[in-house]
Amino acid sequence: MDTQTSAAAKKPKVDPTLATEGGSFYAETVMIHPRSVKGMFRTWKWWAMGVLLVWWHVAPFLRWDRGPGAPDQAILVDMAGRRGYFLFLEIWPQEVYYLTGLLFVAAITLFLMSSLFGRVWCGFLCWQTVYTDLFMLVERLVVGDRAKRMALDRAPWSIEKLTRKAIINLIWLVISAACGIGFTLYFGNAPTVLHDIFTGDESAATYGAIAVVGGCCFMLAGYAREQVCLYMCPYSRFQSAMLDEHSLIVTYEDWRGEPRQPARKGASFEGRGHCVDCRMCVVACPTGIDIRDGLQMGCIGCALCIDACNAVMDKNNLPRGLVTWDSIANTAARAAGAKPRYRLVRPRTIIYGAIVLVVGGLIAYSLASRRTTEVNVLHERAPLFVQLSDGSIRNGYVVKVLNMVRAERTFRLEVAGIDGATFTVVGGAANVASTDLVVAPDAVGTYNVFVTAPAGRLQAARTPLAFVLREAGEGQTTRAESLFAGPER
Amino acid sequence: MATIEKDSVSGQSTTGHEWDGIKELNTPLPKWWVYVFWACVVWSIGYWVVYPSWPTLNGYTPGIGLGSVVPANWTARGQLDGDLVAQKAGRAAWLSKIEASSVDAIEKDKDLLRYAMAGGKIAFNENCAPCHGVGGVGAYGFPTLADDEWLWGGSLADIEQTIKFGVRNTNANSRQSEMPKFGADGILKDDQIAAVADYVVSVASKAPAKGSAGEAVYAENCAVCHGEDGSGNKEVGAPALNNQIWLYKGGKDGVVAQVTKPKHGSMPAWSERLDASTVKLLAVYVHNLGGGK
Repeated sequence: MDTQTSAAAKKPKVDPTLATEGGSFYAETVMIHPRSVKGMFRTWKWWAMGVLLVWWHVAPFLRWDRGPGAPDQAILVDMAGRRGYFLFLEIWPQEVYYLTGLLFVAAITLFLMSSLFGRVWCGFLCWQTVYTDLFMLVERLVVGDRAKRMALDRAPWSIEKLTRKAIINLIWLVISAACGIGFTLYFGNAPTVLHDIFTGDESAATYGAIAVVGGCCFMLAGYAREQVCLYMCPYSRFQSAMLDEHSLIVTYEDWRGEPRQPARKGASFEGRGHCVDCRMCVVACPTGIDIRDGLQMGCIGCALCIDACNAVMDKNNLPRGLVTWDSIANTAARAAGAKPRYRLVRPRTIIYGAIVLVVGGLIAYSLASRRTTEVNVLHERAPLFVQLSDGSIRNGYVVKVLNMVRAERTFRLEVAGIDGATFTVVGGAANVASTDLVVAPDAVGTYNVFVTAPAGRLQAARTPLAFVLREAGEGQTTRAESLFAGPER
Repeated sequence: MATIEKDSVSGQSTTGHEWDGIKELNTPLPKWWVYVFWACVVWSIGYWVVYPSWPTLNGYTPGIGLGSVVPANWTARGQLDGDLVAQKAGRAAWLSKIEASSVDAIEKDKDLLRYAMAGGKIAFNENCAPCHGVGGVGAYGFPTLADDEWLWGGSLADIEQTIKFGVRNTNANSRQSEMPKFGADGILKDDQIAAVADYVVSVASKAPAKGSAGEAVYAENCAVCHGEDGSGNKEVGAPALNNQIWLYKGGKDGVVAQVTKPKHGSMPAWSERLDASTVKLLAVYVHNLGGGK
């Protein structure tokens, strides 16, 4: 941390995005045109972008056989049918806690990733980064690199500028539309939806979703870009809570770089810093910050400045890594001439990792032991109980049998807890001790059931009563506890 | 006046505003954010134009509407009317089936039964529950509809008939019957009433006091409607006396009161207020409250 303070003392830190001219309360936004670089991290970013975009667009087309009558899409959110399908899993609405658990694991994984390696999510995996990168590639192919793009922005409007801008926006629109369409394909049978979108047969909701998702993609990746990271995304604001002095982050090794000064060809680097102040790290940065000012909110950890700086170091026959992944503690150690220590295992990372493992294990366990039958019993409140003319007491219940299997199933219903109790299913058997209920495949069977306790059999105003459902054949038993009400004694 | 200074710690300038020596750093908002704010303000003006908004001296600006999405002269009541029409159209398929089917046919068809139970519940809670209670729980003087005793019969047809024409009202088909005022009109003397009350209580507990004075009074005056064994007569709405279910108070006092000067409930003829389909839904619903015969 000492090195940071000394760096701050040398030059007051000002977030360039917050700089203002003439005391205005509103800052002009300057379009950032980063210079493209080559290097290991750039290659990784291309790979990440490729894998993620292919996955995004191909996943809805993957098939998974679930038998007749069931959708065969591997990943499907069926809003109308109230089902979520993920490979062999079929989730009912009340099991949305699996999704909650998944999001929880994702959040803690993000924390773990950040505490280990800084904002790698932001720099490599976030859709804002992926699409912004792709949109910049389009600009580079249509106009050229940083200098040409800046020149075109400055140039007065002309046929050529108009044409190039139009081509860029057109390609962006196509990509955005594909992004929006890709989103909707997860909510219906992908090939059919894709076909219907182009024939105009899809619902207004589908076109609306495409417009909203695609429109956001176009505006956020095309025009808002780093403004999203700086002003909209909450994550950049609380990243500091995940980082500590041992987190590996994109770092400028100022002990080695300072004092910086331009290098003349062939001049010696004795007695000066290795930074030649070429500003390659600044022009390569997609958020327009200067990494040499140290850790700051604007850094999304994309590591493009590392690639940029390494190329310069190579040219000057200096060792790579003036800008590199390093921890604040290591930078301080190196500055003091001590041996750097990489501490990936720390209380923080152990706790994050443990939470991921525990919650992930709980989800896996509950999925593995997931029941395919559920019984919900609602005790009728009005009337709570009815005395019949023979003195017996009757209670009404609504029994819901959830059959989470894609096959018709027969269950034998019995009640337990009161001797001699019989029941009547409205529209079915009357005054029986047990009856068979047939529940349609993948459906909820709802039954109004009247349970009658013979006269004088109740000992208290409330008697526990269980509904026992036994599946025909295999004999999986499901119980639902309820109460039987009677007169006060 | 505003003096803009440079803050030595952050390197940022101040806004120039000062309150009791407190100064504020100028952290400028991005301009696009401000534009979005103004765009939202402009968008909100659209509501003034589309919807009724500004009061005038003798009314209000009615709003020009928005194509097929918002009609001109929009009102909340108009929206409700439209929603109700749409809802009726949505139910038409079911209601036409209900209209065309007898109550027996409705109860035998699983889908129609489910519809009738849902629709009947709503109609019941709106029209019947004020007296009979939610779920037909009943109250003093208002029969429980969920038990197995019926004054006028518990079959589907009986229930539909009772709902349609009611009990002791001005409708020509109304169910009518009155119990004589045995005490008030001097038909029976006080000691006879006391004796018959004792006998009725014994009948209710399934142990008739054979050979008692009350038995003779009962056989002469009561059995013609309530039956020799006290099992009642649904033709004339005479309740069964041989069980523990009482419309008014049970026990000797209650029986004495009823024999001396009987209370009689009445029920409207619902065919005068509800359409035939709703009456059918109600009949099926009540029949399935648990006591239907």
